[in-house]
Amino acid sequence: MTISELRKKFISGEYTPMEAVAEAKAVISEKDGDIHAYLDVYDDAEEMAKEATARYQKEGGNTPPLCGVPLAIKNNILIAGKRATGASKILDNYIASYDATVIKRLRDAGAIFIGSTNMDEFAMGSSTENSAYGPTRNPIDQSRVPGGSSGGSAAAVAMSSVPAALGTDTGGSIRQPASYCGLVGLKPTYGAVSRYGLMAMGSSLDQAGTLTNSVEDAETLFNVIAGRDPHDMTTISGETYGVAPTKDTYTFGVPRAFLGQGVDADVMERFESHLDELRAAGHRIVDIELPLFEAGLAAYYIVMPAEVSSNLARFDGIRYGVRKEGKDLLETYLNSRADGFGAEAKRRILLGTYVLSSGYFDAYYGKAEALRGKMRDELNAAFAQVDLVVTPTAPTPAFKLGEKSDPLSMYRQDIFTVPVNLTGVPALSIPMGEVERDGVSLPTGVQYIAPHGGEARLFDIGRKVYDAKRYNNG
Amino acid sequence: MTKEEILHLGTLSRIRLSDAEALKLKGEIDAILEYVSEVNKLVPDGHLEKKVGLVHNVFREDKVVNEPDSYSDVLQAAFPEREGDYLKVKKILNPDS
Repeated sequence: MTISELRKKFISGEYTPMEAVAEAKAVISEKDGDIHAYLDVYDDAEEMAKEATARYQKEGGNTPPLCGVPLAIKNNILIAGKRATGASKILDNYIASYDATVIKRLRDAGAIFIGSTNMDEFAMGSSTENSAYGPTRNPIDQSRVPGGSSGGSAAAVAMSSVPAALGTDTGGSIRQPASYCGLVGLKPTYGAVSRYGLMAMGSSLDQAGTLTNSVEDAETLFNVIAGRDPHDMTTISGETYGVAPTKDTYTFGVPRAFLGQGVDADVMERFESHLDELRAAGHRIVDIELPLFEAGLAAYYIVMPAEVSSNLARFDGIRYGVRKEGKDLLETYLNSRADGFGAEAKRRILLGTYVLSSGYFDAYYGKAEALRGKMRDELNAAFAQVDLVVTPTAPTPAFKLGEKSDPLSMYRQDIFTVPVNLTGVPALSIPMGEVERDGVSLPTGVQYIAPHGGEARLFDIGRKVYDAKRYNNG
Repeated sequence: MTKEEILHLGTLSRIRLSDAEALKLKGEIDAILEYVSEVNKLVPDGHLEKKVGLVHNVFREDKVVNEPDSYSDVLQAAFPEREGDYLKVKKILNPDS
Protein backbone atom coordinates (compact mmCIF):
# COMPACT_ATOMS: atom_id res chain seq x y z
CA MET A 1 0.00 0.00 0.00
CA THR A 2 1.24 3.50 -0.84
CA ILE A 3 0.31 6.84 0.71
CA SER A 4 -1.34 7.93 -2.54
CA GLU A 5 -3.48 4.76 -2.66
CA LEU A 6 -4.48 5.22 0.99
CA ARG A 7 -5.31 8.86 0.42
CA LYS A 8 -7.65 8.03 -2.49
CA LYS A 9 -9.48 5.46 -0.40
CA PHE A 10 -9.76 7.85 2.57
CA ILE A 11 -11.25 10.54 0.33
CA SER A 12 -13.74 8.18 -1.32
CA GLY A 13 -14.70 6.81 2.10
CA GLU A 14 -13.95 3.25 1.00
CA TYR A 15 -11.43 2.96 3.85
CA THR A 16 -10.94 5.12 6.95
CA PRO A 17 -7.93 6.24 9.01
CA MET A 18 -9.47 4.31 11.95
CA GLU A 19 -9.39 1.12 9.89
CA ALA A 20 -5.86 1.90 8.68
CA VAL A 21 -4.58 2.35 12.24
CA ALA A 22 -6.38 -0.80 13.41
CA GLU A 23 -4.79 -2.72 10.56
CA ALA A 24 -1.33 -1.29 11.28
CA LYS A 25 -1.66 -2.39 14.91
CA ALA A 26 -2.89 -5.84 13.85
CA VAL A 27 0.13 -6.30 11.55
CA ILE A 28 2.45 -5.20 14.36
CA SER A 29 0.90 -7.67 16.83
CA GLU A 30 1.13 -10.45 14.30
CA LYS A 31 4.65 -9.86 12.95
CA ASP A 32 6.68 -7.63 15.21
CA GLY A 33 7.40 -10.29 17.79
CA ASP A 34 9.69 -11.85 15.15
CA ILE A 35 10.80 -8.75 13.22
CA HIS A 36 11.27 -6.25 16.07
CA ALA A 37 10.95 -3.19 13.85
CA TYR A 38 9.39 -1.13 16.65
CA LEU A 39 10.74 0.06 19.98
CA ASP A 40 7.45 1.63 21.14
CA VAL A 41 3.96 1.47 19.67
CA TYR A 42 1.81 4.50 20.53
CA ASP A 43 -1.61 4.12 22.08
CA ASP A 44 -2.82 7.60 21.13
CA ALA A 45 -2.84 6.68 17.40
CA GLU A 46 -6.48 5.53 17.62
CA GLU A 47 -7.56 8.90 19.00
CA MET A 48 -5.74 10.72 16.16
CA ALA A 49 -7.31 8.30 13.64
CA LYS A 50 -10.77 9.07 15.01
CA GLU A 51 -10.23 12.79 14.45
CA ALA A 52 -8.82 12.19 10.96
CA THR A 53 -11.79 9.99 10.04
CA ALA A 54 -14.18 12.74 11.14
CA ARG A 55 -12.21 15.28 9.10
CA TYR A 56 -12.55 13.21 5.93
CA GLN A 57 -16.31 12.99 6.49
CA LYS A 58 -16.48 16.78 6.70
CA GLU A 59 -13.69 17.99 4.40
CA GLY A 60 -12.99 15.11 1.99
CA GLY A 61 -10.21 16.04 -0.43
CA ASN A 62 -9.64 19.39 1.29
CA THR A 63 -7.95 17.65 4.22
CA PRO A 64 -4.16 18.14 4.43
CA PRO A 65 -2.03 15.77 2.28
CA LEU A 66 -1.16 13.21 4.97
CA CYS A 67 -4.42 13.32 6.90
CA GLY A 68 -4.88 9.98 8.65
CA VAL A 69 -1.76 8.39 7.11
CA PRO A 70 -0.02 6.14 9.65
CA LEU A 71 3.77 6.58 9.77
CA ALA A 72 6.62 5.00 11.74
CA ILE A 73 9.42 7.25 13.03
CA LYS A 74 13.05 6.35 13.68
CA ASN A 75 13.76 6.67 17.38
CA ASN A 76 16.42 9.38 17.02
CA ILE A 77 13.71 11.87 15.98
CA LEU A 78 11.93 13.62 18.85
CA ILE A 79 8.15 13.41 19.28
CA ALA A 80 7.05 15.48 22.28
CA GLY A 81 5.94 13.29 25.19
CA LYS A 82 7.27 10.06 23.63
CA ARG A 83 10.36 8.07 24.59
CA ALA A 84 13.35 8.95 22.40
CA THR A 85 16.18 6.49 23.06
CA GLY A 86 18.31 6.59 19.93
CA ALA A 87 18.37 2.82 20.67
CA SER A 88 20.87 3.59 23.44
CA LYS A 89 20.74 2.52 27.08
CA ILE A 90 21.95 5.97 28.09
CA LEU A 91 18.58 7.44 26.97
CA ASP A 92 16.46 4.50 28.11
CA ASN A 93 14.26 6.76 30.27
CA TYR A 94 14.34 9.92 28.12
CA ILE A 95 11.00 11.47 27.16
CA ALA A 96 11.27 14.04 24.35
CA SER A 97 10.47 17.55 25.57
CA TYR A 98 9.58 18.94 22.14
CA ASP A 99 8.67 17.97 18.57
CA ALA A 100 11.39 17.85 15.92
CA THR A 101 10.62 20.22 13.04
CA VAL A 102 9.99 17.24 10.71
CA ILE A 103 7.47 15.88 13.24
CA LYS A 104 5.73 19.21 13.59
CA ARG A 105 5.43 19.45 9.80
CA LEU A 106 4.08 15.89 9.49
CA ARG A 107 1.64 16.58 12.33
CA ASP A 108 0.43 19.77 10.60
CA ALA A 109 -0.05 17.72 7.42
CA GLY A 110 -2.30 15.33 9.36
CA ALA A 111 -0.01 12.29 9.74
CA ILE A 112 -0.54 9.77 12.53
CA PHE A 113 2.48 8.37 14.38
CA ILE A 114 2.09 4.63 14.97
CA GLY A 115 5.32 4.09 16.81
CA SER A 116 9.08 4.55 17.01
CA THR A 117 11.43 2.25 15.13
CA ASN A 118 14.57 0.37 16.09
CA MET A 119 17.98 1.45 14.82
CA ASP A 120 21.69 1.08 15.37
CA GLU A 121 22.62 2.97 18.54
CA PHE A 122 22.69 6.72 17.73
CA ALA A 123 22.47 5.71 14.03
CA MET A 124 25.91 4.07 14.07
CA GLY A 125 25.86 0.90 12.04
CA SER A 126 24.71 -0.73 8.81
CA SER A 127 22.64 -3.63 10.15
CA THR A 128 20.53 -2.51 13.16
CA GLU A 129 22.45 -5.10 15.18
CA ASN A 130 23.98 -2.31 17.30
CA SER A 131 20.67 -1.50 19.04
CA ALA A 132 20.70 -1.73 22.86
CA TYR A 133 17.23 -3.29 22.48
CA GLY A 134 18.23 -6.19 20.24
CA PRO A 135 18.42 -6.48 16.44
CA THR A 136 15.68 -6.06 13.84
CA ARG A 137 15.20 -8.86 11.30
CA ASN A 138 14.61 -8.45 7.58
CA PRO A 139 10.94 -9.29 6.82
CA ILE A 140 11.99 -10.80 3.47
CA ASP A 141 14.37 -13.29 5.11
CA GLN A 142 14.44 -13.31 8.89
CA SER A 143 17.92 -14.81 9.05
CA ARG A 144 19.18 -11.58 7.50
CA VAL A 145 19.57 -7.98 8.64
CA PRO A 146 17.29 -5.23 7.32
CA GLY A 147 20.32 -2.96 6.86
CA GLY A 148 20.92 0.09 8.97
CA SER A 149 20.98 2.29 10.69
CA SER A 150 17.31 2.97 9.81
CA GLY A 151 16.63 -0.81 9.77
CA GLY A 152 13.54 -0.61 11.98
CA SER A 153 11.95 1.99 9.70
CA ALA A 154 12.72 -0.12 6.61
CA ALA A 155 11.37 -3.30 8.24
CA ALA A 156 8.22 -1.47 9.43
CA VAL A 157 7.41 -0.56 5.82
CA ALA A 158 8.58 -3.87 4.32
CA MET A 159 6.35 -5.88 6.71
CA SER A 160 3.40 -3.70 5.58
CA SER A 161 2.63 -2.21 8.99
CA VAL A 162 2.84 1.34 7.59
CA PRO A 163 3.02 2.77 4.05
CA ALA A 164 6.07 4.90 4.90
CA ALA A 165 8.56 5.77 7.61
CA LEU A 166 11.08 8.46 8.45
CA GLY A 167 14.74 7.62 8.81
CA THR A 168 18.00 9.52 9.00
CA ASP A 169 20.99 9.12 6.69
CA THR A 170 24.53 10.06 7.72
CA GLY A 171 26.43 7.67 5.42
CA GLY A 172 23.74 5.54 3.78
CA SER A 173 21.42 4.79 6.70
CA ILE A 174 18.25 5.27 4.63
CA ARG A 175 19.41 4.10 1.19
CA GLN A 176 21.14 0.86 2.24
CA PRO A 177 18.16 -0.47 4.29
CA ALA A 178 15.84 0.58 1.43
CA SER A 179 18.02 -1.52 -0.87
CA TYR A 180 18.02 -4.53 1.52
CA CYS A 181 14.23 -4.38 2.04
CA GLY A 182 13.08 -3.60 -1.52
CA LEU A 183 11.96 -0.02 -0.84
CA VAL A 184 12.47 3.50 -2.13
CA GLY A 185 14.87 5.50 0.06
CA LEU A 186 15.55 9.22 -0.21
CA LYS A 187 18.53 11.11 1.24
CA PRO A 188 17.80 14.80 0.54
CA THR A 189 20.38 17.54 -0.16
CA TYR A 190 22.23 18.52 3.01
CA GLY A 191 20.19 21.38 4.46
CA ALA A 192 16.97 20.58 2.57
CA VAL A 193 15.31 19.12 5.67
CA SER A 194 15.66 20.57 9.17
CA ARG A 195 17.79 18.64 11.66
CA TYR A 196 16.12 20.36 14.66
CA GLY A 197 15.00 17.64 17.04
CA LEU A 198 17.15 14.92 15.46
CA MET A 199 19.83 13.37 17.65
CA ALA A 200 23.00 14.66 16.03
CA MET A 201 25.52 12.06 14.88
CA GLY A 202 27.68 13.68 12.19
CA SER A 203 26.31 17.21 12.01
CA SER A 204 27.86 18.04 8.61
CA LEU A 205 26.47 14.77 7.14
CA ASP A 206 23.09 14.05 8.80
CA GLN A 207 19.82 14.40 6.89
CA ALA A 208 16.34 13.11 7.65
CA GLY A 209 14.63 11.34 4.77
CA THR A 210 12.03 8.80 3.79
CA LEU A 211 11.46 5.07 3.28
CA THR A 212 8.47 4.42 1.04
CA ASN A 213 6.90 1.98 -1.42
CA SER A 214 6.90 4.46 -4.29
CA VAL A 215 8.85 7.47 -5.56
CA GLU A 216 5.61 9.46 -5.61
CA ASP A 217 5.27 8.91 -1.85
CA ALA A 218 8.88 9.99 -1.27
CA GLU A 219 8.06 13.21 -3.09
CA THR A 220 4.84 13.76 -1.11
CA LEU A 221 6.66 13.35 2.20
CA PHE A 222 9.67 15.40 1.09
CA ASN A 223 7.41 18.31 0.13
CA VAL A 224 5.95 18.23 3.65
CA ILE A 225 9.20 17.95 5.64
CA ALA A 226 11.56 20.11 3.52
CA GLY A 227 12.13 23.83 3.89
CA ARG A 228 13.90 26.49 5.86
CA ASP A 229 13.74 26.35 9.62
CA PRO A 230 14.94 29.12 11.96
CA HIS A 231 15.88 26.33 14.40
CA ASP A 232 18.42 24.79 12.00
CA MET A 233 20.96 27.29 10.73
CA THR A 234 22.05 25.04 7.87
CA THR A 235 18.63 24.69 6.22
CA ILE A 236 18.48 25.93 2.63
CA SER A 237 15.75 27.41 0.49
CA GLY A 238 14.74 26.35 -3.01
CA GLU A 239 16.99 29.10 -4.41
CA THR A 240 20.21 28.21 -2.59
CA TYR A 241 21.51 25.92 -5.31
CA GLY A 242 19.18 26.87 -8.15
CA VAL A 243 17.02 24.31 -9.87
CA ALA A 244 18.33 21.19 -11.62
CA PRO A 245 15.78 21.05 -14.46
CA THR A 246 13.85 17.89 -15.31
CA LYS A 247 14.20 16.52 -18.85
CA ASP A 248 12.53 13.95 -21.09
CA THR A 249 15.68 11.84 -21.18
CA TYR A 250 18.78 12.05 -19.02
CA THR A 251 22.48 11.40 -19.34
CA PHE A 252 23.68 9.03 -16.62
CA GLY A 253 27.31 8.85 -15.56
CA VAL A 254 28.68 5.47 -14.44
CA PRO A 255 31.88 5.69 -12.35
CA ARG A 256 33.25 2.39 -13.71
CA ALA A 257 36.54 2.22 -11.83
CA PHE A 258 34.77 2.91 -8.52
CA LEU A 259 32.37 0.00 -9.12
CA GLY A 260 35.24 -2.48 -9.29
CA GLN A 261 35.32 -2.51 -5.50
CA GLY A 262 33.93 -5.74 -4.12
CA VAL A 263 30.48 -5.76 -5.72
CA ASP A 264 28.87 -9.24 -5.84
CA ALA A 265 28.84 -10.57 -9.43
CA ASP A 266 25.05 -11.02 -9.58
CA VAL A 267 24.46 -7.54 -8.10
CA MET A 268 26.68 -6.18 -10.88
CA GLU A 269 24.61 -8.17 -13.43
CA ARG A 270 21.40 -6.58 -12.10
CA PHE A 271 23.12 -3.20 -12.38
CA GLU A 272 24.09 -3.81 -16.02
CA SER A 273 20.50 -4.89 -16.84
CA HIS A 274 19.27 -1.74 -15.16
CA LEU A 275 21.55 0.35 -17.38
CA ASP A 276 20.14 -1.56 -20.39
CA GLU A 277 16.60 -0.66 -19.27
CA LEU A 278 17.62 3.00 -19.04
CA ARG A 279 19.15 2.87 -22.53
CA ALA A 280 16.02 1.20 -23.89
CA ALA A 281 13.95 4.05 -22.43
CA GLY A 282 16.05 6.54 -24.42
CA HIS A 283 18.48 7.68 -21.73
CA ARG A 284 22.21 8.00 -22.42
CA ILE A 285 24.78 6.11 -20.35
CA VAL A 286 28.37 7.33 -20.30
CA ASP A 287 31.40 6.27 -18.26
CA ILE A 288 32.83 8.89 -15.92
CA GLU A 289 35.84 9.11 -13.62
CA LEU A 290 35.41 9.90 -9.94
CA PRO A 291 38.83 8.80 -8.67
CA LEU A 292 38.56 10.53 -5.30
CA PHE A 293 35.26 8.82 -4.51
CA GLU A 294 37.19 5.63 -3.93
CA ALA A 295 38.76 7.29 -0.90
CA GLY A 296 35.39 8.57 0.32
CA LEU A 297 34.96 5.82 2.87
CA ALA A 298 38.39 6.56 4.38
CA ALA A 299 37.59 10.29 4.67
CA TYR A 300 34.18 9.43 6.12
CA TYR A 301 35.70 7.32 8.90
CA ILE A 302 37.69 10.37 9.98
CA VAL A 303 35.06 13.13 9.66
CA MET A 304 32.14 11.14 11.06
CA PRO A 305 33.81 9.81 14.27
CA ALA A 306 35.24 13.30 14.89
CA GLU A 307 31.73 14.73 14.80
CA VAL A 308 30.35 11.78 16.78
CA SER A 309 32.86 12.29 19.60
CA SER A 310 31.74 15.93 19.90
CA ASN A 311 28.02 15.29 19.54
CA LEU A 312 27.89 12.38 21.96
CA ALA A 313 29.73 14.39 24.62
CA ARG A 314 26.32 15.75 25.64
CA PHE A 315 25.19 12.34 26.91
CA ASP A 316 26.73 12.36 30.37
CA GLY A 317 23.92 11.41 32.73
CA ILE A 318 23.73 14.90 34.20
CA ARG A 319 20.69 16.76 32.83
CA TYR A 320 18.73 13.85 31.34
CA GLY A 321 19.15 10.19 30.52
CA VAL A 322 20.50 7.46 32.74
CA ARG A 323 22.95 8.45 35.50
CA LYS A 324 25.28 6.00 37.23
CA GLU A 325 26.54 7.76 40.34
CA GLY A 326 30.21 7.79 41.26
CA LYS A 327 31.98 9.34 44.20
CA ASP A 328 32.43 12.64 42.36
CA LEU A 329 31.39 14.29 39.11
CA LEU A 330 34.21 12.78 37.02
CA GLU A 331 33.41 9.28 38.21
CA THR A 332 29.72 9.89 37.50
CA TYR A 333 30.61 10.75 33.88
CA LEU A 334 32.92 7.74 33.52
CA ASN A 335 30.35 5.34 34.95
CA SER A 336 27.33 6.72 33.09
CA ARG A 337 29.05 6.66 29.72
CA ALA A 338 30.75 3.27 30.27
CA ASP A 339 27.37 1.71 31.11
CA GLY A 340 25.25 3.75 28.71
CA PHE A 341 27.10 3.35 25.40
CA GLY A 342 27.43 0.17 23.35
CA ALA A 343 30.62 -1.09 21.70
CA GLU A 344 30.22 0.71 18.36
CA ALA A 345 29.45 4.06 20.01
CA LYS A 346 32.53 3.69 22.24
CA ARG A 347 34.70 2.73 19.25
CA ARG A 348 33.68 5.79 17.27
CA ILE A 349 33.93 8.19 20.22
CA LEU A 350 37.49 7.01 20.91
CA LEU A 351 38.44 7.16 17.25
CA GLY A 352 37.00 10.67 16.96
CA THR A 353 38.79 11.80 20.11
CA TYR A 354 42.05 10.47 18.64
CA VAL A 355 41.75 12.11 15.20
CA LEU A 356 40.83 15.45 16.78
CA SER A 357 43.67 15.41 19.33
CA SER A 358 46.36 18.04 18.87
CA GLY A 359 49.25 16.66 16.86
CA TYR A 360 46.94 14.41 14.81
CA PHE A 361 44.30 16.94 13.82
CA ASP A 362 45.98 18.07 10.56
CA ALA A 363 47.04 14.57 9.54
CA TYR A 364 43.52 13.17 9.83
CA TYR A 365 40.65 15.62 10.17
CA GLY A 366 42.34 18.44 8.23
CA LYS A 367 43.19 16.14 5.33
CA ALA A 368 39.79 14.46 5.31
CA GLU A 369 38.06 17.83 5.13
CA ALA A 370 40.40 18.94 2.34
CA LEU A 371 39.66 15.71 0.46
CA ARG A 372 35.98 16.35 0.94
CA GLY A 373 36.32 19.72 -0.78
CA LYS A 374 38.14 18.08 -3.68
CA MET A 375 35.44 15.41 -3.95
CA ARG A 376 32.81 18.13 -4.19
CA ASP A 377 34.78 19.78 -7.04
CA GLU A 378 35.21 16.41 -8.76
CA LEU A 379 31.49 15.70 -8.57
CA ASN A 380 30.51 19.19 -9.75
CA ALA A 381 32.81 18.70 -12.75
CA ALA A 382 31.05 15.40 -13.49
CA PHE A 383 27.66 17.12 -13.33
CA ALA A 384 28.82 19.47 -16.09
CA GLN A 385 28.75 16.41 -18.37
CA VAL A 386 25.98 14.24 -16.93
CA ASP A 387 22.57 14.82 -15.32
CA LEU A 388 22.77 12.00 -12.80
CA VAL A 389 25.38 9.61 -11.43
CA VAL A 390 24.30 5.98 -11.04
CA THR A 391 25.77 3.21 -8.85
CA PRO A 392 24.46 0.14 -7.04
CA THR A 393 23.24 1.28 -3.61
CA ALA A 394 25.16 -1.43 -1.78
CA PRO A 395 27.71 -3.99 -3.01
CA THR A 396 25.69 -6.98 -1.74
CA PRO A 397 22.12 -7.93 -0.83
CA ALA A 398 21.16 -8.20 2.87
CA PHE A 399 23.70 -10.24 4.85
CA LYS A 400 23.08 -12.63 7.72
CA LEU A 401 22.81 -11.51 11.32
CA GLY A 402 26.23 -11.81 12.94
CA GLU A 403 28.00 -12.21 9.59
CA LYS A 404 29.99 -8.98 9.77
CA SER A 405 31.67 -9.08 13.14
CA ASP A 406 34.72 -7.10 12.01
CA PRO A 407 33.96 -3.33 12.02
CA LEU A 408 35.79 -2.62 8.74
CA SER A 409 33.85 -5.25 6.78
CA MET A 410 30.61 -3.67 8.07
CA TYR A 411 31.84 -0.19 7.12
CA ARG A 412 32.54 -1.35 3.53
CA GLN A 413 28.78 -1.84 2.95
CA ASP A 414 28.57 1.95 2.74
CA ILE A 415 31.24 2.46 0.06
CA PHE A 416 28.78 3.83 -2.55
CA THR A 417 26.60 5.82 -0.17
CA VAL A 418 29.06 7.82 1.97
CA PRO A 419 30.45 10.01 -0.87
CA VAL A 420 26.91 11.40 -1.23
CA ASN A 421 26.86 12.57 2.39
CA LEU A 422 30.42 13.89 2.21
CA THR A 423 29.52 16.07 -0.79
CA GLY A 424 26.01 16.96 0.46
CA VAL A 425 24.14 16.03 -2.73
CA PRO A 426 20.75 14.24 -2.78
CA ALA A 427 20.36 10.58 -3.75
CA LEU A 428 17.53 8.13 -4.26
CA SER A 429 17.67 4.34 -3.95
CA ILE A 430 15.05 2.32 -5.85
CA PRO A 431 14.70 -1.46 -6.20
CA MET A 432 16.92 -2.85 -8.99
CA GLY A 433 15.81 -6.49 -9.12
CA GLU A 434 16.49 -9.59 -7.09
CA VAL A 435 19.39 -11.95 -6.54
CA GLU A 436 19.19 -15.39 -4.97
CA ARG A 437 20.93 -16.41 -1.73
CA ASP A 438 20.27 -19.82 -0.09
CA GLY A 439 17.14 -20.24 -2.22
CA VAL A 440 15.64 -16.89 -1.21
CA SER A 441 15.15 -13.99 -3.62
CA LEU A 442 16.61 -10.85 -2.07
CA PRO A 443 16.15 -7.29 -3.32
CA THR A 444 18.99 -5.04 -4.46
CA GLY A 445 18.97 -1.30 -5.02
CA VAL A 446 20.23 1.21 -7.55
CA GLN A 447 21.30 4.68 -6.43
CA TYR A 448 20.71 7.81 -8.49
CA ILE A 449 22.76 10.82 -7.40
CA ALA A 450 21.69 14.34 -8.46
CA PRO A 451 23.38 17.75 -8.13
CA HIS A 452 22.73 19.83 -4.98
CA GLY A 453 19.06 20.78 -4.80
CA GLY A 454 18.21 18.22 -7.53
CA GLU A 455 15.43 16.33 -5.73
CA ALA A 456 12.89 17.19 -8.46
CA ARG A 457 15.12 15.42 -10.99
CA LEU A 458 15.38 12.33 -8.75
CA PHE A 459 11.60 12.18 -8.36
CA ASP A 460 11.09 12.62 -12.10
CA ILE A 461 13.45 9.81 -13.14
CA GLY A 462 12.37 7.65 -10.20
CA ARG A 463 8.72 7.87 -11.20
CA LYS A 464 9.54 7.09 -14.83
CA VAL A 465 11.73 4.11 -14.01
CA TYR A 466 10.20 2.63 -10.85
CA ASP A 467 6.65 3.86 -10.21
CA ALA A 468 5.62 3.21 -13.82
CA LYS A 469 6.81 -0.40 -13.53
CA ARG A 470 5.35 -0.84 -10.08
CA TYR A 471 1.86 0.28 -11.09
CA ASN A 472 1.94 -1.73 -14.33
CA ASN A 473 2.63 -4.87 -12.33
CA GLY A 474 -0.25 -3.94 -10.02
CA MET B 1 48.78 2.42 19.56
CA THR B 2 49.30 0.93 23.04
CA LYS B 3 46.70 -0.30 25.51
CA GLU B 4 47.65 2.60 27.79
CA GLU B 5 46.96 5.09 25.00
CA ILE B 6 43.52 3.54 24.48
CA LEU B 7 42.82 3.81 28.20
CA HIS B 8 43.95 7.46 28.08
CA LEU B 9 41.58 8.13 25.14
CA GLY B 10 38.87 6.56 27.27
CA THR B 11 39.57 9.01 30.09
CA LEU B 12 39.62 11.95 27.65
CA SER B 13 36.28 10.71 26.26
CA ARG B 14 34.90 10.21 29.78
CA ILE B 15 34.32 6.49 29.20
CA ARG B 16 35.67 3.97 31.72
CA LEU B 17 37.18 1.01 29.86
CA SER B 18 38.13 -2.40 31.23
CA ASP B 19 41.52 -3.86 30.25
CA ALA B 20 39.78 -6.42 28.04
CA GLU B 21 37.78 -3.70 26.25
CA ALA B 22 40.93 -1.62 25.76
CA LEU B 23 42.79 -4.56 24.20
CA LYS B 24 39.95 -5.30 21.77
CA LEU B 25 39.61 -1.62 20.85
CA LYS B 26 43.36 -1.34 20.31
CA GLY B 27 43.28 -3.90 17.48
CA GLU B 28 40.15 -2.42 15.92
CA ILE B 29 41.29 1.19 16.09
CA ASP B 30 44.72 0.30 14.70
CA ALA B 31 43.04 -1.38 11.71
CA ILE B 32 40.67 1.54 11.13
CA LEU B 33 43.48 4.12 11.39
CA GLU B 34 45.55 2.17 8.90
CA TYR B 35 42.58 2.13 6.52
CA VAL B 36 41.79 5.83 6.83
CA SER B 37 45.45 6.82 6.35
CA GLU B 38 44.65 6.43 2.65
CA VAL B 39 43.63 10.11 2.69
CA ASN B 40 47.30 10.99 3.32
CA LYS B 41 48.21 9.69 -0.13
CA LEU B 42 45.60 11.88 -1.82
CA VAL B 43 46.11 15.13 0.04
CA PRO B 44 49.73 16.30 0.21
CA ASP B 45 50.97 17.96 3.40
CA GLY B 46 50.52 21.70 3.55
CA HIS B 47 47.50 21.66 1.26
CA LEU B 48 44.87 22.05 3.93
CA GLU B 49 42.88 24.76 2.25
CA LYS B 50 39.68 25.38 4.20
CA LYS B 51 36.72 26.36 2.09
CA VAL B 52 33.36 27.57 3.29
CA GLY B 53 30.67 26.21 0.99
CA LEU B 54 27.30 27.62 0.11
CA VAL B 55 25.89 26.05 3.22
CA HIS B 56 27.33 27.59 6.35
CA ASN B 57 26.16 28.53 9.79
CA VAL B 58 23.97 31.63 9.93
CA PHE B 59 23.27 32.80 13.43
CA ARG B 60 19.93 34.26 14.36
CA GLU B 61 19.50 37.27 16.57
CA ASP B 62 20.36 36.56 20.18
CA LYS B 63 16.97 37.12 21.74
CA VAL B 64 14.64 35.02 23.82
CA VAL B 65 11.74 33.74 21.75
CA ASN B 66 10.03 31.45 24.27
CA GLU B 67 7.73 32.55 27.07
CA PRO B 68 9.69 32.39 30.36
CA ASP B 69 9.29 28.97 32.06
CA SER B 70 7.45 27.47 29.08
CA TYR B 71 9.80 24.45 29.03
CA SER B 72 10.91 24.40 32.67
CA ASP B 73 8.57 21.66 33.85
CA VAL B 74 9.30 19.26 31.05
CA LEU B 75 13.08 19.81 31.27
CA GLN B 76 13.09 19.42 35.05
CA ALA B 77 11.07 16.23 34.71
CA ALA B 78 14.02 14.76 32.77
CA PHE B 79 16.57 15.48 35.54
CA PRO B 80 18.12 12.25 36.83
CA GLU B 81 18.12 13.79 40.33
CA ARG B 82 16.54 17.01 41.52
CA GLU B 83 15.92 19.01 44.64
CA GLY B 84 13.04 21.41 44.21
CA ASP B 85 13.76 23.32 41.01
CA TYR B 86 17.46 22.47 41.12
CA LEU B 87 19.37 19.83 39.21
CA LYS B 88 21.40 17.84 41.70
CA VAL B 89 24.96 16.81 40.78
CA LYS B 90 27.99 15.37 42.57
CA LYS B 91 30.68 17.69 43.84
CA ILE B 92 33.47 18.49 41.40
CA LEU B 93 36.36 18.50 43.87
CA ASN B 94 36.95 15.34 45.84
CA PRO B 95 39.46 15.54 48.69
CA ASP B 96 40.09 11.74 48.41
CA SER B 97 41.17 11.78 44.77
